[in-house]
Amino acid sequence: MSIEIEPGQAHGSGSGQLAPARPARPWWRRPAIHTALVGAVIGYIVGHWLGNFLGSDYQQLPLSDSSDMPIVVGYLLAVVGWLAGLGVFSDLLRQMAGRPVPAEDALLDLGMARYFRYSLDHKVVGLQYLVGMIIYFCTAGLFAMAIRTELLSPTQHIFSSSAYVEIVGEHGTMMMMLMTSVILGPFGNYLVPIMIGSKRVAFPRIEALSFWLTPCAFLILLSGLLLGGFPFGWTGYAPLSIQSTYGADSYAIAFGLMGISIILAGFNIIVTVICYRAPGMRWSRLPMFVWSMLATSFLMVLAAPVLVGGMYMIITDRTVQTAFFSDQLGGSGYLYQNLFWFFGHPEVYILALPGFGIVSEILPVFCRKPLFGYKTAAAGMIGVTLLSFFVWQHHLFDSGINPDMRPLFMLTTELISIPTGFIYLVAMGTLWKAKIRLEVPMLFTLGMYFNFLIGGISGVFLSDVPADTTEHGSFFVMAHFHYTIMGGLIFAFMAGVYYWLPKMMGIRLNQTLGKLQFWTMFVFFNATFLPLFAVGMAGQPRRVFEYARNLQTVNDWVSISAFCLGGSILIFVINFVWSTVIARVREEGNPWRSRGLEWQTASPPPPGNFAHVPVVLAGPYEYGTKDAPPVADLNPPVGVVSNAYADLATTGAEA
Amino acid sequence: MAAAQAAPPAAAPAGPNHGLRIFIPWLVTAVIADVVIWFVWGPHLPPGSMSSAAANQQSDIKVMAVMAAPVMLFVLVYFGYALIVWRHREGDEEDGPPLHGNTRVQVSWITISSVIVLSLFVFGFVELMAANGAGAGEGPSPIWKPGGRPLQVQVIAQQWRFTYRYPQFGGFETTELMLPAGQWVEFHVTSLDVIHSFWAYQLGVKADANPGVDNIAYTKPQHTGQVTVRCAELCGLWHGAMFDYGHVLGQAQFSSWATTTQAQLATVTSQLPPYATTYDPTNIKKLGKVLGQLGITGTGGGYYPPQDPVQP
Repeated sequence: MSIEIEPGQAHGSGSGQLAPARPARPWWRRPAIHTALVGAVIGYIVGHWLGNFLGSDYQQLPLSDSSDMPIVVGYLLAVVGWLAGLGVFSDLLRQMAGRPVPAEDALLDLGMARYFRYSLDHKVVGLQYLVGMIIYFCTAGLFAMAIRTELLSPTQHIFSSSAYVEIVGEHGTMMMMLMTSVILGPFGNYLVPIMIGSKRVAFPRIEALSFWLTPCAFLILLSGLLLGGFPFGWTGYAPLSIQSTYGADSYAIAFGLMGISIILAGFNIIVTVICYRAPGMRWSRLPMFVWSMLATSFLMVLAAPVLVGGMYMIITDRTVQTAFFSDQLGGSGYLYQNLFWFFGHPEVYILALPGFGIVSEILPVFCRKPLFGYKTAAAGMIGVTLLSFFVWQHHLFDSGINPDMRPLFMLTTELISIPTGFIYLVAMGTLWKAKIRLEVPMLFTLGMYFNFLIGGISGVFLSDVPADTTEHGSFFVMAHFHYTIMGGLIFAFMAGVYYWLPKMMGIRLNQTLGKLQFWTMFVFFNATFLPLFAVGMAGQPRRVFEYARNLQTVNDWVSISAFCLGGSILIFVINFVWSTVIARVREEGNPWRSRGLEWQTASPPPPGNFAHVPVVLAGPYEYGTKDAPPVADLNPPVGVVSNAYADLATTGAEA
Repeated sequence: MAAAQAAPPAAAPAGPNHGLRIFIPWLVTAVIADVVIWFVWGPHLPPGSMSSAAANQQSDIKVMAVMAAPVMLFVLVYFGYALIVWRHREGDEEDGPPLHGNTRVQVSWITISSVIVLSLFVFGFVELMAANGAGAGEGPSPIWKPGGRPLQVQVIAQQWRFTYRYPQFGGFETTELMLPAGQWVEFHVTSLDVIHSFWAYQLGVKADANPGVDNIAYTKPQHTGQVTVRCAELCGLWHGAMFDYGHVLGQAQFSSWATTTQAQLATVTSQLPPYATTYDPTNIKKLGKVLGQLGITGTGGGYYPPQDPVQP
């Protein structure tokens, strides 16, 4: 693939034969979400039949007629049918048949319909991800409301015990698996190419595939409710997950699919950042958000395969009667715990690092100061990335596995607070003598720093084995990771939405509603989760529906705060829909006076992002320097860019 | 964390001394917070001091809170000060000073945070060893054992209850957890089906119950009273209702309870599988036939009966 350098050569992409433009078919005959649904239904029916055909002899439970094969094969072929219906395989099949393939540009159609198609434009994929993630987040949030409703009383039950564990499992799994992409999906895919001065991402098909697997995973996970749900939370510990009924298949397939999705998304971002930077975009000029996306992508690519492997083993244990996790037959339940947490702990940093990136990106803009300690911030993210692979057994301090390794994992876990602390050093240095503007994105940024401080420090308590013995498996842990994920990641996500939506859609969200949302969300978030540290310390385990009577008052307080927190998310949804669909207040140009390269092009950016490949002249955080050069030359003289690429090709050196 | 060191020395001599104005409120609040945590909250922090392990966990939590409070307060006071003093003023369109970094500040930050973290690690390690594993499950071959001859109690978890066996008293099995005060207890935690976690809250004991694994935890109850036992690992439908209560008795009271119960349950004990560190519930003769006669087709253990997997 030749690199598109000068505007005249922009259509040189793709190699081999190009198909002539075909006459447009009517919309219902073009592959989109509706044909994908048809494909999924057909795929499921065929798969169910095939599963029965293949696995009629395999019983999961003795003395019962049940077999998981039809469910599993049905789900898998439904995914294949979904993707086929979207047209993911069309071009591949055309190439295999030796027929001409339409140029990528031909697929870059305009209009609303492209948001429902397998689009190869990274800006479309970013917005698809944004809307998708909001839908997933709100669905999983509703399950949280249901959990808190049940916990209003220690003895009176609204849900049956089976309904309650189903709800707990759906909430946890949906949040933990789908929110892995909550920032990398929308902002990473949309903004990273623009921030590094690229016209495109490295692998648009892989990127689009990574998005289109998420609705699949979402629907399959939800369909678990129709099969009786799964009673093992988001961790899916074997042998409980092997023993459970059909709902567990939906868990394993959905989580595995999401694992594949984040591997693909991560690959695309890594290659894009390394290979598609504009001339002059040195590593030392990379925006902090891009650093965080790069670190997150490495975590995704290296950690998620272990998850996919674990889910695969669950599926084979459940269907074809392997015994990876069955102690009586030579397997080991510890194997699953190791596999799961070897993914699971890097995963929580997949959830934390994008938040660090967003707040570090936004803070200098609203402080009107350069980022303090740029190299320290980047080193902090890399340090967290590396260390996060060496801490997983702190989830297993009480499990009896490798008791002699506990001091080591205590050490690595505590060490990780050093690079995490860099993020605070950078923030505090940036705030020093700043000119702080409390716009809505800045409010969410400050809220993130406040919440993550509590989340991070409570994490140090959990790293200490004796203290962890009390806190493990209790509401203390639950409060801790809600502070880091909801308080950190989701607050940063909100900051990103308010900060970048003018760029992504050319539309300004209502700032008054934004401030209302921030204050309600901040107050009720803390009102919900701060008491839960005490509840956990007082002995309430996670995922229970019966608890000590003397904890009812505080649980009721938490439940009511949680409903109000849900109300603040509702304000966000109303604001989002109102501002983007009804009011549509145009926001042109650079509302935050940011130096970021993404703000130097039009809002929303034209196809190809820039008229010409820009030449980057300076870092993005040169605030306060009177004679600082502009961040990039958007109209470089003819020849400059091609010479830079020619140098790169001959010397192999950094441009 | 010394705020004076964290303050960049670039403070202009004409302006107020921001470093000092952050340092003093921080010092005052940090001292107050630490005094309150150590002397007022400290004795009441969970999980109390009913056993050696619980007391050890309580002191760990106390020490960590005393270390954490100044760090948190430093960040909070700094952010609060910045939000009050370094705000954008109306009509001021100038940018802030272009400070890109300060080697001294960065080096001091890294040094101080590393010292805090490493000292916490050393403290945690010593506490873990000194308290014989601090009540956490240590697997089948614990490294840090107490001296003497501890009372052995086997905890058998299953969906959704705990039962207890006392091997030093003939291996009788009961649903009552009774322990003597003043004697080391050696819990052997295992499971018959899925993973559970035995959490005796007031005793400061938490050990996962894995099928096929003998997970050992130590504690020494120090005074009599009631103990709440909960399952701390999601184990299926009725996980939320999997709890019971144990009791710590005086030595003499415990001995009489144990010998009486041993005699009462002698006939039952003779029918039980002999005491072992782990049990395999699938290895019961004619289980499938019994289950079939009872009409049990659910998940009460006994998956993978001998005829499965079907060999092609």
